[in-house]
Amino acid sequence: MFKKFSHGPIERNVLILGVLTLITVSLGGLAQIVPLFTIESTIERVAGIRPYTPLELMGRDIYVREGCYACHSQMIRPFRDEAERYGHYSLAAESIYDRPFQWGSKRTGPDLARVGGRYSDDWQAAHLRSPRDLVPDSIMPPYSFLDRPLDAARVPASLRAQQRLGVPYSDEHVAQAMADLRTQADPDADPTAFNRRYPRARQGVFDGNPRQLTEMDALVAYLQMLGTLVQFRDVTPEQLRQQ
Amino acid sequence: MALKIEKDAVSGTDTTGHEWDGLRELNTPLPLWWLYTWYACIAFAAVWVVLYPALPISGATGLLGYTARGALPAQLAAENAAREPMRARIRAATPEAIAADPTLRAFAVAGGRIAFANNCAACHGAGGQGATGGYPSLADDDWLWGGELADIHTTITHGIRNQDSEEARLSAMPVFGSGILTTAQIRDVTEHVLSLTQRATDPAAATRGAAVFTENCASCHGENGAGNPQFGAPNLSDQIWLHGRERAQIMAYITAPRMGVMPAFSGRLDPAMINMLTVYVHTLGGGR
Repeated sequence: MFKKFSHGPIERNVLILGVLTLITVSLGGLAQIVPLFTIESTIERVAGIRPYTPLELMGRDIYVREGCYACHSQMIRPFRDEAERYGHYSLAAESIYDRPFQWGSKRTGPDLARVGGRYSDDWQAAHLRSPRDLVPDSIMPPYSFLDRPLDAARVPASLRAQQRLGVPYSDEHVAQAMADLRTQADPDADPTAFNRRYPRARQGVFDGNPRQLTEMDALVAYLQMLGTLVQFRDVTPEQLRQQ
Repeated sequence: MALKIEKDAVSGTDTTGHEWDGLRELNTPLPLWWLYTWYACIAFAAVWVVLYPALPISGATGLLGYTARGALPAQLAAENAAREPMRARIRAATPEAIAADPTLRAFAVAGGRIAFANNCAACHGAGGQGATGGYPSLADDDWLWGGELADIHTTITHGIRNQDSEEARLSAMPVFGSGILTTAQIRDVTEHVLSLTQRATDPAAATRGAAVFTENCASCHGENGAGNPQFGAPNLSDQIWLHGRERAQIMAYITAPRMGVMPAFSGRLDPAMINMLTVYVHTLGGGR
């Protein structure tokens, strides 16, 4: 087989080598570029998805900063065992406002795509501070240092950056970012305007300490909304099909 | 450069024809088994591209039309069909009836153990032993909201102090440190609470605290501090302390209580699964 074929002549002729290299590289490039032309038709639109609140966005930044994705995925695959343990498989739409997405590729700890509301705020904060107090065989490192004040001053700039990347924050969202952040962390604040901008976002004293806004507040607020935006009781499989 | 392909005398293999300062290189062919395996892989990939969705173009679904999402409902349905006969019996029965029937009880305990590990163990521990910081043990016979099957069933279904269920178990201990009691009164009543377990060191303060207790605490915790499961009020006269047994811990708790929250599982789990969990939790050691 191929006894007659020799790559010698190709390697000795710069012109033929160049043309064949170009063809090979183009094939690889096309495989990545062509699908982008059909991207509009492959995006799922699902009711309930909203951009992150300012507090959740800060929490997400901390999640990325601490490298949580190295041990926790946020991607429930469409297999029976995963459906039984974690719930409905993840939809592309659920990470549509993630820049970058946090699907992850390794599960040293459990998947977190639907961890929101699974445990109480108290549990989340206590578990982050000292994981082995609650899960004796856990190998997760303690994150008690997150009880330090949140650097909230950069919230408007963060929202602005997300806006430039295509997340549908309006200028009103950016202007009210600081107020929304404080409203979410204070259960006694009036949520009307906040909930108009971020439907069904929950207020709370996420770290158990109402006197100070901490990184723990932000991270727990983020964890507690993961996977809670889509109401799967109202969404049928037909509606999820890509158009 | 002229190529001078020779046959190597030792191995009998051709050389590449290059020569560097007298050194020559063998042109050993690939092993045939490796080469044919490689060709087989290429052929396999070609068949795969035709049968399965391999091209990132919408409409290229492959001849078999397979998707993992499409296959999932059938897998779930098959699993459901296998379990449903038992599950239907468990769903229809009361927890008391399940506990009384050996077949149902064995099925419920086995299924409840799995569901407990997935849903409950994070707070209550893998064996229901609880955890420090306010996560009660389910393996003893001290129950905040009642330890009979019906009580456990209600607690799992509706949860405690959550926003998920209208019928969540609800009670709130006042924040006595916010002006209801003075620090001195809180110190006295702490002394009285310690005296319920024979640990008081200041009898005079304990006596003053008894009056404070009667007025502020007895309506929920009972005159003798025996607790009342109707309000989730813990027994203060036993050795089980959810938030710490030391004087400073008790005082801090009276000053600013931190009451536990449990999610409602009615929207998350099948009623049959809640029945199985109820029976399982009841067997953990302390069911009444």
